[in-house]
Amino acid sequence: MSTRKILVVGNGMVGHHFVESLVGLDTDVDITVIGEEPRPAYDRVHLSEVFSGREPADLAMATRETYENWGVKAHFGDPVVRIERARREVVTQGGRRFSYDKMVLATGSFPFVPPVKGADNKRCLVYRTIDDLGHIKATAKDSEIGVVVGGGLLGLECANALRNLGLQTHVVEFAPGLMGVQLDDGGSKMLRRKIEALGVSVHTGKNTQQIVTDEATALRMDFADESALGTDMIVFSAGIRPRDQLARDSELAVGERGGIVVDYKCKTSDSDIFAIGECALFGGRIYGLVAPGYRMAEVVASQLAGQAEATFQGADMSTKLKLLGVDVGSIGDAHGRTEGSISYVFSDERAEVYKRIITSGDGKTLLGAVLVGDCEDYDTLLQYFLNGIELPAEPESLIVPAAGDKPLLGAAALPMTATVCSCHNVTKGCIIDALDGGCCSLGDVKGETKASTGCGGCAAMLKNVVETELSARGVVVDKSICEHFPYTRQELFHLAQVGEIKTFQDMLGQHGSGRGCDICKPAIASIMASLWNEHVLELPHVGLQDTNDTFLANMQKDGTYSVVPRVAGGEITPDKLIVLGEVAKEYGLYTKITGGQRIDLFGARQHQLPEIWRKLVEAGFETGHAYGKSLRTVKSCVGSTWCRYGVQDSVGMAILLENRYKGLRSPHKLKSAVSGCTRECAEAQSKDFGVIATENGWNLYLCGNGGMKPRHADLFATDLDDETLIRYIDRFLMFYVRTADRLQRTSVWMDNLEGGLDYLREVIIDDSLGICAELEQQMAAVVGTYQCEWTTTINDPEKLKRFRTFVNSDEEDSGVVFVQEREQIRPARAEEKIRLVASSK
Amino acid sequence: MEAVKQDQWEVVCTRSDLVVNSGVCALVNGEQVAIYYLPDTERKVYALGNRDPIGKANVMSRGIVGDLGGKLVVASPLYKQHYALETGACLEEEGVFIPCYDVQLDGDEVHVRAAG
Ligand SMILES: Cc1cc2nc3c(=O)[nH]c(=O)nc-3n(C[C@H](O)[C@H](O)[C@H](O)COP(=O)(O)OP(=O)(O)OC[C@H]3O[C@@H](n4cnc5c(N)ncnc54)[C@H](O)[C@@H]3O)c2cc1C
Repeated sequence: MSTRKILVVGNGMVGHHFVESLVGLDTDVDITVIGEEPRPAYDRVHLSEVFSGREPADLAMATRETYENWGVKAHFGDPVVRIERARREVVTQGGRRFSYDKMVLATGSFPFVPPVKGADNKRCLVYRTIDDLGHIKATAKDSEIGVVVGGGLLGLECANALRNLGLQTHVVEFAPGLMGVQLDDGGSKMLRRKIEALGVSVHTGKNTQQIVTDEATALRMDFADESALGTDMIVFSAGIRPRDQLARDSELAVGERGGIVVDYKCKTSDSDIFAIGECALFGGRIYGLVAPGYRMAEVVASQLAGQAEATFQGADMSTKLKLLGVDVGSIGDAHGRTEGSISYVFSDERAEVYKRIITSGDGKTLLGAVLVGDCEDYDTLLQYFLNGIELPAEPESLIVPAAGDKPLLGAAALPMTATVCSCHNVTKGCIIDALDGGCCSLGDVKGETKASTGCGGCAAMLKNVVETELSARGVVVDKSICEHFPYTRQELFHLAQVGEIKTFQDMLGQHGSGRGCDICKPAIASIMASLWNEHVLELPHVGLQDTNDTFLANMQKDGTYSVVPRVAGGEITPDKLIVLGEVAKEYGLYTKITGGQRIDLFGARQHQLPEIWRKLVEAGFETGHAYGKSLRTVKSCVGSTWCRYGVQDSVGMAILLENRYKGLRSPHKLKSAVSGCTRECAEAQSKDFGVIATENGWNLYLCGNGGMKPRHADLFATDLDDETLIRYIDRFLMFYVRTADRLQRTSVWMDNLEGGLDYLREVIIDDSLGICAELEQQMAAVVGTYQCEWTTTINDPEKLKRFRTFVNSDEEDSGVVFVQEREQIRPARAEEKIRLVASSK
Repeated sequence: MEAVKQDQWEVVCTRSDLVVNSGVCALVNGEQVAIYYLPDTERKVYALGNRDPIGKANVMSRGIVGDLGGKLVVASPLYKQHYALETGACLEEEGVFIPCYDVQLDGDEVHVRAAG
């Protein structure tokens, strides 16, 4: 059988998830993706974050390379315009033809614009794509007033965006209340009250008749009730409509009000064609959320991979979100439409909180809930709802605050099938499997299952389940760093700081036992260095260091070392380049440019290190700390000084940062970069702390890394001036140095902080722990006591003794043998050594 | 060199050449010997071959010394396996050994006896 051709039309969130799922199932298929938008799939759900500073590129869910690596052919910017079912082919706008054995339609939906005269004005916009966002931003620039038509979930999100852009914002809704789909009347009223208090004007029951140009403002909206509203721009967010035109034209079954009809296998009326996501109509309904779309994608992927007969059974549409800073939750039958249902309502007009639960007539089963102003009960209620857990005798106790002991639905009470994370479909059972499979922390479980990495709404529930499970297993997670100290690295740091302990021996005497080992010795040496910043080769610290720290160079596989002088920001003069070349030539070293914009010199024998460094130091070089768990480089692009696109001096900032933090010893190596504009040539978002220039200053990204498990850094703060930027980085680094585990990189550290990025913001920006002054002081001390370890070493005969290869001979290590390759040396392989040694006899 | 008998002690260096709680390397009868100085133990000095049998490079004198489960050990700086200072046995890989050498302090002198 020849490889089946799978054609995917539409590369939105769901289309992408389908491809990812199918590739993950590892089948022999030939996948082609055709997308209308000019870029690969991105995270539409978090689109609004671009208004608060996130770069559109950060939203990417895939890149062209992702698809290339998966062996998937992808074409962007050229939509399919026709399906020829008889030939099993499609035709694109550009006239290209693609054939298929099976086709998946994932064309999503488009924003509905009511047929109002004047709605085609160029100041009337919609909100669905990255391009739309650009138009909104551009139009907002010369606007003072903005109107959102539509008071639903997306409309209110959009209103928030306009407000953040500094516009006086109005919401115009046709229906009598806001969020009529998710909220009952009481909830809707409370929401309105809260939103109006934030300065957003709400106009309900308004039927727009026409939009005309006006003098005072750019536009005027005329309503059926003869009132009018002046505005400079309008964004329509009045619902979505499935993009089913292709299906219509090729005579696939579509619903009366749109949507491609699919069955529980997501098959359309043509059994070779599937439809998934927001273009699909299942059971008479469009699922306008991403999680149900993902389920559909998985269902089709597993069918095409010939796996178990997965089916789509509909999906729960409960939602919890923050709209304009207001917590809103809606579960199940929020309107109490089920026959015979009864409801319990709690309303607190002073605190502006509204809660209602709808139960079966006997009060035993939860049918729905509405929460406005306080979503704390959402997770618990949702679990009652999804799992049909019997309610307590007095159901109202679930929503009435402080009415005695609130019966908490503990994680232990949840059935195995309970969905904890609906974005990634992670059940309690999956979490338990992950724990059985060796995960032993919240961070591990997140990494393994992806739970809580989508919308993040389940974070508290996830933590609860993980902790309950761990303690049920009697796992007291032993975080002792080794057998000599019953403490975590963080605890040791604290003990050393409070007790002003300055040597390993004192630490061992006061808090440990035995003699120490290769785990605790370097860890404590690093803590001592972070705290007191003495030279690592001072006598009490000497035996504690890994060989790299002992010899201030990086040991390679044959026991020789590599030498990496600091080249701050990657900026180097021709004279210094010449010195590096001369030194490398004199000692016959192999030279290579590193990923961190420096030059690595390999093949130095231990006794040569001081001689090499004497020459380098004389020429003005400093140690690069490539051997330490410390700051490596701050990479930079060339920045506004030379680049046509740069908006700030990225090289200057990189040099400033590198010189500030060089020599800071930390739990793991630290990397950084500064980009001069959003093109991001320095790849700052893959660093522990990355800085990207904006027209108004700098955006700071934290906790990214490359390496084995790459992670994009998170946008932490935007448009900072130099001073604030440095202050935040000072605090961030010191807080990390103080609290991280041994060899824990910043990304894992943050994942394990309860509250993650938000918590970090609270600590670093809002000073919620009241420690910022201390952190800054500590950093100032480290910066103030910096010394180039090599400069000090070459001037101290005692320290130099250590570098002799043999204490009793000037011979060289005969085990080190080099051969030539591409005009440079490399270590000889075992069989080459045997040959070389034999022939020299 | 020929004259040195295999069971003869050789003075390789003085105590001041050693590094407290760490290792140095000496060339004894053509062989590389790592010498560790742990002044607060009974024997005070220990000697193993300098070659790491797993990493296949002469680096053992540059490992960190300490104890694990009561045994004195040195960790290979290449791949971090631990070897007992008393026996040369590898703790992680059964059957892997580093040769041991006799070593002693005589006043300020460090004596090593090259293995046969
Ligand atoms: C601002 C905003 C906020 C949201 N917030 C949430 C939220 O908090 N929670 C939630 O669950 N959901 C949210 N959603 C909804 C969520 O984004 C959608 O459910 C999800 O994107 C649907 O995925 P999809 O792939 O079906 O459609 P889309 O992501 O729209 O992708 C469809 C893709 O197909 C392309 N296409 C269409 N026709 C063709 C053609 N003929 N040829 C080629 N390509 C074509 C389109 O250009 C598009 O790129 C939000 C949506 C928006 C706009």
